[in-house]
Amino acid sequence: MLKRVHFPTSLLPYLLVAPQIAITLVFFIWPASQAMYQSFLIEDAFGLGTEFVWFENFEVLMTDSHYLDSFQRTAVFSVLVAALSMGFALILAGFAQRVVRGAMFYRTLLIWPYAIAPVLAGALWVFMFNPTLGIFPYFLEIIGITWNHYLSGNQAMLLVILAAAWKQVAYNFLFYLAAMQSIPNSVIEAAAIDGAGPARRFWTIVFPLISPTTFFLLVINMVYAFFETFGIIHAVTQGGPGTSTTILVYKVFNDGFVGLDLGGSAAQSVVLMALVIVMTVVQFRFVERKVAY
Amino acid sequence: MVENRPLTTFVTHLVLILGVLAIAFPVWITFVASTHNELRMNQSPLPLWPGEYFLTNMQQTLFGSGLSGTEQAPVWLMLLNSLAMALLISSGKIVISLLSAFAIVYFKFPFRMGFFWMIFITLMLPVEVRILPTFEVVANLGMLNSYWGLSIPLIASATATFMFRQVFLTVPDELLESARIDGAGPLRFFFDILLPLSRTNIAALFVILFIFGWNQYLWPLLITTDTSMTTIVMSIKQMLEAAEQSPQWNIIMTTALLAMIPPVFVVIAMQKLFVQGLTETDK
Repeated sequence: MLKRVHFPTSLLPYLLVAPQIAITLVFFIWPASQAMYQSFLIEDAFGLGTEFVWFENFEVLMTDSHYLDSFQRTAVFSVLVAALSMGFALILAGFAQRVVRGAMFYRTLLIWPYAIAPVLAGALWVFMFNPTLGIFPYFLEIIGITWNHYLSGNQAMLLVILAAAWKQVAYNFLFYLAAMQSIPNSVIEAAAIDGAGPARRFWTIVFPLISPTTFFLLVINMVYAFFETFGIIHAVTQGGPGTSTTILVYKVFNDGFVGLDLGGSAAQSVVLMALVIVMTVVQFRFVERKVAY
Repeated sequence: MVENRPLTTFVTHLVLILGVLAIAFPVWITFVASTHNELRMNQSPLPLWPGEYFLTNMQQTLFGSGLSGTEQAPVWLMLLNSLAMALLISSGKIVISLLSAFAIVYFKFPFRMGFFWMIFITLMLPVEVRILPTFEVVANLGMLNSYWGLSIPLIASATATFMFRQVFLTVPDELLESARIDGAGPLRFFFDILLPLSRTNIAALFVILFIFGWNQYLWPLLITTDTSMTTIVMSIKQMLEAAEQSPQWNIIMTTALLAMIPPVFVVIAMQKLFVQGLTETDK
């Protein structure tokens, strides 16, 4: 935590932490406490007065079927995004790891989508799936599927899942490849001598050995799908059609800025903060365990 | 490789090449769309091979009227705004977290752990969950439509402080002892020993933070109402909305291409630093 040797106490350390602490207080602690305070208030319809209502906003939330639906939708969305992008990355990393020369070359070709903003990923995919012009609807029409994500909720959901997962493959690939390359070669060779083929070696040796990475990536991908995909939803579907792609973080924004339901939106923020804290704690506990390996 | 199996090697490369193509396909389509004129981009099926209007589209997007029928800032200005925001966020984060990590690791002072935990808490709160109150704070401070409003609220994050703390903890104590024997004060030690030692970490972090800053979406969308302050990433949304009335996909996709070139270039050109930064900040 602290160096054994350190400088004597003076005014200097306070000056050094001052900028960070000031920004943290003004832009993090104060807004977060405001959100908590607001979640206990109900504003009247004209915005003239507020009333302190304790947990009423939360009670309303927990009985609001729209909110519970959104919760469920977010769970489906994030699980599918994580599964799709991690699965694809795992396959690619499994093969890339076999390449003696050129693994780094493939890595270069696979990691750059990380740099693309989620909203741009959304724009690219919505262009490819544009119902009148897009390339995929054109081919889907040939095999008899009509694509219109402006009308079909499931298709809209599929579209945002694809866009979100596509961008995240790069990240997962990078971590899977690094994890696989850190497995000692002798273990793999021993299995090969015992007669295990590539597929068997992968499932019985490589996959179990990289399970800590899988778990780490699962948490990271869930956090990504929960929060960072806001841009995709906002630009591509606006939570629609209906509410079929309204995930939690989009609902906070929509209820607060568009619906102007400040108390309700603040209560949702508090629930989301609690979720982030749970995820962070899970991740930190995992990191600790991995150090003990 | 453990054993020599030509067929497996062939399949390996085949899968990898297909994977690379699948990943690159959306961007290829974007590039192709930026090389055709508006007329061609309104005929189904859309082209899969580049045309010859790339330079015309580039020029019209960057300096011309851009998308017709919208009141938008010229795209070159948006690119400049994005660049300014990304640079302010990344350099600001690096400076304030270097300073606070130095204080926390190398000084013993009252409330040290209190400060540490205060910074730690911020790790947990992405801007999306506290947008409304943060927006109010920025509005009350009169920072709407300014570079400060765009960057400063995003500067406060604990990841960078954490990373520098880890780096400083690996610096041997003997260095500090010998520096003190030679009569160096804290600031001299910081500038002459710590900074040069963490040079690559700073560079790696800069790469990651530049991408993070460039790709900000929700925050600029909220606090910029003045069109001259729009960033390129947030402009895509307005363009997609406009596309429903007048589909000028060639211009929209050229803009999208321009928006992704700088961060993608950074990743490819500084791949080693990028990988280092990514693995260090997240673990």
